[in-house]
Amino acid sequence: MLSAEINVVLGKVLNGERLNMEEGVALLSCSDLTLLGQAASAIRERKHPKKAVSFVIDRNINYTNVCRCQCKFCAFYRGETDQDAYILPKEELFEKIEETLAVGGTTVMIQGGLHPQLGLDYYLEMLRSIKERYDIWIHSFSPPEVQYMVETSGLTLDEVLKQLQEAGLDSLPGGGAEILVNRVREKISPNKVSWEQWMSVMKVAHKLGMKSTATMMFGHVETLEERVQHMIRVREVQDETGGFTAFIPWSYQPMNTNLGGETATGVDYLKTLAVSRIMLDNVPNIQASWVTQGARMGQVALSFGANDFGSTMLEENVVRAAGVTNRVPLEEIVRCIKDAGFTPAQRTPHYEIIKYY
Amino acid sequence: MQDLFGHSELKDIAKKVYDGERLTREDGIRLYHSNDLLNIGRMANYIREQKNGNHAYFIVNRHINHTNICENRCQLCAFGRDADDPKTYVLSLDEIEEKARSCRDEKISEIHIVGGLHPELKLDYYQEMMRRVRRALPGVIIQSFTAVEIDYLAKLHNLSLEEVLKAMMDAGLDSLPGGGAEIFAPRVREIICDKKISGERWLEVHKAAHRLGMKTNSTMLYGHVETIEERIDHMLALREVQDETGGFLTFIPLAFHPRNTQLETMKLSRNTGYDVLKTYAISRLMLDNFDHIKGYWIMIGAKMAQVSLSFGVDDLDGTVVEEKIAHDAGADTDQYMSKERLVKMIKAAGRYPVERDTLYNVLGEGF
Repeated sequence: MLSAEINVVLGKVLNGERLNMEEGVALLSCSDLTLLGQAASAIRERKHPKKAVSFVIDRNINYTNVCRCQCKFCAFYRGETDQDAYILPKEELFEKIEETLAVGGTTVMIQGGLHPQLGLDYYLEMLRSIKERYDIWIHSFSPPEVQYMVETSGLTLDEVLKQLQEAGLDSLPGGGAEILVNRVREKISPNKVSWEQWMSVMKVAHKLGMKSTATMMFGHVETLEERVQHMIRVREVQDETGGFTAFIPWSYQPMNTNLGGETATGVDYLKTLAVSRIMLDNVPNIQASWVTQGARMGQVALSFGANDFGSTMLEENVVRAAGVTNRVPLEEIVRCIKDAGFTPAQRTPHYEIIKYY
Repeated sequence: MQDLFGHSELKDIAKKVYDGERLTREDGIRLYHSNDLLNIGRMANYIREQKNGNHAYFIVNRHINHTNICENRCQLCAFGRDADDPKTYVLSLDEIEEKARSCRDEKISEIHIVGGLHPELKLDYYQEMMRRVRRALPGVIIQSFTAVEIDYLAKLHNLSLEEVLKAMMDAGLDSLPGGGAEIFAPRVREIICDKKISGERWLEVHKAAHRLGMKTNSTMLYGHVETIEERIDHMLALREVQDETGGFLTFIPLAFHPRNTQLETMKLSRNTGYDVLKTYAISRLMLDNFDHIKGYWIMIGAKMAQVSLSFGVDDLDGTVVEEKIAHDAGADTDQYMSKERLVKMIKAAGRYPVERDTLYNVLGEGF
């Protein structure tokens, strides 16, 4: 597309008009990186005029690494009989939660694998035992895990989510979305839920009053059209439910995976982030992914539409298994945000500001 | 579209940039104090495009560091060692020749040799090194010895800078790299490299080289104890010499890596992404008489280097083999990037990849 046409598309964006698939693809193909950043920044400023950049203090806890999905892009899963297969003992789970609370954390994100020996009762019991002991927000179980509980329990999706909610589940993380197009899923995660199943878990959760995020893992076998298709599918459901708090694009990390290949370039990451902000006109928050991009790129992302630095992540195992070890302590996150001219703010998982720095 | 984003506090500076007017010291300082990263980037990108069109350059080169023994032991450095340290090394002339010979098949166009200030390595060692490397790699440009090493040899032999440079040129030296510039301000050098030559002396060496017809590089090591003002003054000092000689090929901002250096204990913060990109862009804007700004990927990683192509940078340096100096200081990047990967990265940024030699002669393009 000629730059004149790009300008027409961006003109629409600034007028608050919604973009279609073709226009989204045109923006992703545009090589004027800073122009995309400016358009995305203009939208971010409208949605977040206070110039705060938020983050949540939390911890990722992975209750098991055994997973029968065995996605080709994943370096975390193990077979049941593997030497380093594990199920996290309760005491360790509690210890991790106590450490999180001790540093001012508000939230735990508990995710694991599809373990053949763990049924719905295990999860309900885990939630209850946490809520009995601690005042902490539980942001847990991505749609593939919830769908697995449906299959193993024989209950309806509605019933499973209700029981999880009653037992203490507060909100759902947006993992397992990868690219919400079945052609791609068949290639990279053939045993995982279809895009329609992923979406119905989120729709039902939203209907029950639980919020969730949505992620997108890009930079593997998908086309630019499929990236934009993913964004449009999230946007459509958001119109219906309003239940997505944030969108989190992050790039595929190839090390130690079956899929192999290379990770997306820095320019590709920033463009995809900016286009996410532009396409998803009804999603309030866009997260920068310092875990996959590093602190420097994470900070630069704040000029490309991101208004949230995600989680401080006292612990992170899944991306680390794919050979990426970006550790950014809280002080560094605060410094990066200030250095970029924004006000750092600790938030809750539902994006209420608790504290400005 | 420009007008849609035209509320920038930097409007007056932007006007100067688009009118081709030279920026002042105050302009440079204001740019650094602004958080308007994207507008600063767009101005720099405009100048980059004026000077280099859609080209993004790279070079296929190899580094050799002949010794890590160094009398200066700069506080900023993780590479240099005292002579009695068990981890020291000195490459013999045979070893250097062998290293040079071993890259004959790699189609390199430049060999980059720098090392420490070793009191026992005299001019004849370096001259013989040049002759042997020249013999091992005919047609390959030898870019070697920072201003600091040239000055050291002049003092060691009680010769003038011109005499040392002339002797080296006769033996095969083609060009000087830009290392050792750090930050020119004496206050800063006192803290980060107290035994190193002054900024003035560094500039004298380069001026002498330019007078002899040599082209050279320039650098700035930033992100340690220097102020914004000291960065801008550094750029202005280079701009002034360039007005006089026109001998600088490129300017290379180097983000400081504190790990394993004596400055590590000062708990300096790492350069942020904004600082790295602003520094590229501001140097592009201030150094209006430089043709090229180099984003040395080995210091900042491939992702940031690729992004820098939209912030004033037109050159990503090379596919470097055996880089020791930045890696001893904890640079967490690879030591080598294949030509294919560099080309792919440049194309993905919307630029036209051009393989160059040291003097920016085009050796290949498109790919």
